[in-house]
Amino acid sequence: MTIDWDTVRADFPILRREIDGAPIVYLDSGNTSQKPRQVIEAMDDFLRTSYAPINRSAYRLAGEATDRFESARASVARFVNAPSADEIVFTKNATEALNLVAASWGGANLGPGDAVVLTHLEHHANIVPWQMLAAKQGFELRWVPLTTDGQLDLTDLDRLLTGAKAFAFTAMSNVLGTIPPVTHLVSAAHDAGAVAIVDACQFTPHNVTDVQAWDADFVAFSSHKMCGPSGVGALWGRMELLDAMPPYIGGGNMIADVRLDGFTTAPVPAKFEAGTPPIVEVIGFGAAVEYLESIGMAAVRQHEIELTRYAIDTLGERYGDDITIQGPDNVEVRGGVLSFKFRDIHPHDISQVLDQHNVCVRAGHHCAKPLMRVLGVNATARASLYLYNDRSDIDALADALDGASDIFGF
Amino acid sequence: MPGLEDLYREIILDHYRSPRNRGELPVPPARHAEGHNPLCGDEITIYLSVDDDVVSDVKVAGQGCSISQSSASMMSAAVKGKTVPEVRSLVKKFKGMMSIDTGDDPPSIDVPLGDLEALQGVVKFPVRIKCATLAWNTLLEALDAPIPSDT
Ligand SMILES: Cc1ncc(COP(=O)(O)O)c(C=O)c1O
Repeated sequence: MTIDWDTVRADFPILRREIDGAPIVYLDSGNTSQKPRQVIEAMDDFLRTSYAPINRSAYRLAGEATDRFESARASVARFVNAPSADEIVFTKNATEALNLVAASWGGANLGPGDAVVLTHLEHHANIVPWQMLAAKQGFELRWVPLTTDGQLDLTDLDRLLTGAKAFAFTAMSNVLGTIPPVTHLVSAAHDAGAVAIVDACQFTPHNVTDVQAWDADFVAFSSHKMCGPSGVGALWGRMELLDAMPPYIGGGNMIADVRLDGFTTAPVPAKFEAGTPPIVEVIGFGAAVEYLESIGMAAVRQHEIELTRYAIDTLGERYGDDITIQGPDNVEVRGGVLSFKFRDIHPHDISQVLDQHNVCVRAGHHCAKPLMRVLGVNATARASLYLYNDRSDIDALADALDGASDIFGF
Repeated sequence: MPGLEDLYREIILDHYRSPRNRGELPVPPARHAEGHNPLCGDEITIYLSVDDDVVSDVKVAGQGCSISQSSASMMSAAVKGKTVPEVRSLVKKFKGMMSIDTGDDPPSIDVPLGDLEALQGVVKFPVRIKCATLAWNTLLEALDAPIPSDT
């Protein structure tokens, strides 16, 4: 099936908005993605016709809301090929999913003499929860370094994993686009007796995700980066692990019984879903994965590979040595996340000039300060692509960069 | 949208290209403070020598965008030789120009902004106000830093 990408683009109402008489060129999807009308309409329809509490009331409207909520869970499970919908825990976002794993699984399993292995590519969301726990429970953090082109340097992996209890790593870097060999890393972790925790927050929006093929233990992702609303994310985990873990946040919905002298927990996933969840957002999340499924993630990935190649080639031809795109050059092992240096102009100034042309890119440390230090910079400018982008967006970026040269005197 | 010429005035670009008072001072006797802009990762360190309540020397280290660097450079030139109360008044006046609420009282001493007025255009680009004020907030921290002792 060939996809008409113009039709896909037309699904996103915001891309028709103009600022100062010109359309928006949205190249910040690595930050958060735009939403198709299918998601907006699903949330709107739910609010108009079916909104009610879930899991709490006996009347039919509440039953219907609960069914739709659980059907969204089933859609999300199918999207990442989880063996069971009960293994999908809804969280606030990927950050909360990773904190849940660290606090609950890590809290129960890590102590002095233990080690957790992370990589230099990680987002703060997959660093700080481990540092917080390490400060409390006194285990060691070890780091997988990078090669010069921004891939994981796996030379010493076996040594780093020796005696480690967990290996937590990103499936796609939000700064360099690097896509590490997840299946290989999971099996290395398992060989060493460690659990494998995958931060798929950047990967899942852009690729076919198959948690069973990865053979991973925990996988975290966020709705807002994959065409769904903000406010909800998911943790997939193996049932036997989730089942054995202590609860994370306490309150309503997560209990089987509460007495004056204690409580018992509800079964997974309710055990980890205390309080009223983001009901409408979960409905939107379900609609988002159904939307992406209707296009096909293999097709999305192919579209982005071609666009990434086009971007690297176009910017390289136009600006030669004046532009450096960080991360792997091979588009098979990277996603459409393009951090670049341009003529020594500070990323903040680049983004300011690009904004004048409605080109939206992120300038900053991308919540990956340890990686910034490895790269020897404070910040980068980053253009990130998604299924609704096309070559015209890349051309607009290339044209707008000229403006930066004008001001800063090259 | 306001034009970029409001933001990138020639004098700002001049301070960005040739920043004044770059470097470090030995601590002690100087005092220093570090500032971070969490938005963009910029880092700045301000070193101050204060003798008899007069800022006798100031140095700026760190990296940042054109606005944060030029603001730091102009700040360093403006505060050198001023008394501490004058410097505090200048900080207040500058932050006022950046439309930051500095309380009802006007600065106690009226210090002219001079070249710093070139940064006025930043107000039209609210995202950049933090860039322009980074050096100034760090300066306040350096002023309030404990006076180092040699022992
Ligand atoms: C690789 C990676 N991990 C985790 C996160 C955190 O996602 P969220 O802010 O949705 O929790 C992000 C978001 O930028 C990310 O890029």
